[in-house]
Amino acid sequence: MPVYSEKVMQHFMNPHNVGEIPDADGVGEIGNPVCGDMMTFYIKVKDNRLEDVKYKTFGCGAAIAVSSMVSDMAKGKTLEEALAVTPALVAKELEGLPKNKFHCSNLGAQALRKAIRDYAVKNMINIPGLTDQQENEEEEEHACET
Amino acid sequence: MRKVYMDHVAAAPVLPEVREAMLPYLGEVFGNPQSLHSWGDGAREALEVARNNIAGLIGGGEEGVIFTASGTEANNIAIKGLARARAERGKHIVISAIEHFSVMNAARALQKEGFETTLVPVDQYGIVNPSDVASAIRKDTVLVSVMHANGEVGTIEPIAEIARALPKDGPVFHTDAVASAGIVPINVREMGVHALSLGGNQFYGPRGSGALWLKPGVRMLPLMEGGIQEGGRRPGTEDVPAIAGMGKAAELAVRDIKSRADKFEKLRERLIRGVLGKIEHSILTGHPVQRLPHYASFCLRFIEGEAMLMLLDSQGIAAASGSACTSRALKASHVLLAMGISHEISQGSLLFTMGPDNNEADVDYVLETLPQVVDRLRQMSPLYSKYIKEQKG
Repeated sequence: MPVYSEKVMQHFMNPHNVGEIPDADGVGEIGNPVCGDMMTFYIKVKDNRLEDVKYKTFGCGAAIAVSSMVSDMAKGKTLEEALAVTPALVAKELEGLPKNKFHCSNLGAQALRKAIRDYAVKNMINIPGLTDQQENEEEEEHACET
Repeated sequence: MRKVYMDHVAAAPVLPEVREAMLPYLGEVFGNPQSLHSWGDGAREALEVARNNIAGLIGGGEEGVIFTASGTEANNIAIKGLARARAERGKHIVISAIEHFSVMNAARALQKEGFETTLVPVDQYGIVNPSDVASAIRKDTVLVSVMHANGEVGTIEPIAEIARALPKDGPVFHTDAVASAGIVPINVREMGVHALSLGGNQFYGPRGSGALWLKPGVRMLPLMEGGIQEGGRRPGTEDVPAIAGMGKAAELAVRDIKSRADKFEKLRERLIRGVLGKIEHSILTGHPVQRLPHYASFCLRFIEGEAMLMLLDSQGIAAASGSACTSRALKASHVLLAMGISHEISQGSLLFTMGPDNNEADVDYVLETLPQVVDRLRQMSPLYSKYIKEQKG
């Protein structure tokens, strides 16, 4: 029985939207190499929509598939819609993640949210749903540290 | 697609002769070695032939060979059984920092019984310094255990020198030779050990076979209570097919150890030279010379081991990694950390272990494929792009 779902394998073998955006409107980095997974998300925003989403990921197969899935789920969405992408939804779209990998590899949604917050701070705008998630997010990041 | 299996540390097919040697005991020669009737005779003979072969493999007396169901069990009996038998004299154990979990966790479990453990450090190559072992010895030290060869990086430890550095009539000295027995020549007398563990599956015998050798006169307490099998030291009806298979594998190892090692070393050196030459930011882990002949182990910077294994698998190549993500516990390898390798670099750990069927073309296929896999993962690694930017800046 394979460790990963078919969907995870598809995204791992052919990840979508890999790369950096040199003139990104927002950048979000999460994780650390000690716990094994690290993701940097780049966003380009136009008319309150994510015109482009790219990322670079250091980590296991699941972490790479998660990044790819998050970029697919967020691209073209409004900022509010993109903020509704949660780790649980990402895992669901990927047809499940192994239990022990759920937390450490599933950081893509948080990295994306960090990039959106970076954009909001730079442009001094408020986006509904951004601030109240802030605390959970940081907790999540530290959960991985050893 | 070409298939290249280089994960023999995880599992290896039994040799055809080994399988043949096992079959009778799964069939017509089914007797119990403890039975006095003629059905027991054949099974009893199989045990004694195997005992002889194992003794021959390690240069020890056959009366010292205790059959177990794995290398892990042999290590557990050694650590717990030898320590408990000496608890009245002292409760201090000395082991190296890179021992297998079956030694490390057995020693940890003894803490509940009041035992203390000192971990002896290793150098950057994973070598234990004999004088460090000697200086860890206290008056109440009853057991020392240092592995013969490390199963993650292949470094071979100076066991005989460690034995010489220990006080006379001091603690018992055990070595875990699961990774090395049947692969490199072993002689318990020259090593100066009181106890040695081995596993049949590491030299192309069946899984579920192992042995602990104990020097005659060395006291131990069994882990299980039961009957008189193995002199009461390891009760339970003997697994005759597995033992017969391990015995055959030992016989073949004695015959072929040199020719196998010569072949392995050539392949290993080709692979090591190729990887270090073709892939930037790659390091060899373990000792460059004092290492198991079939072990090529690396750390490849900026990328993670599990992702490498998955891409290699998609190209038909099987390898292993000590990265945190590949372990069920999601913890970085204690071996790599003990050698001073950082968490970040240990994530890029990659291990190839060769077997009798591997050849030069297999190595060349790995050397052709691995650089592409590494490059692909580096292209998507934020650590790599940071590094490149820093170089430019």
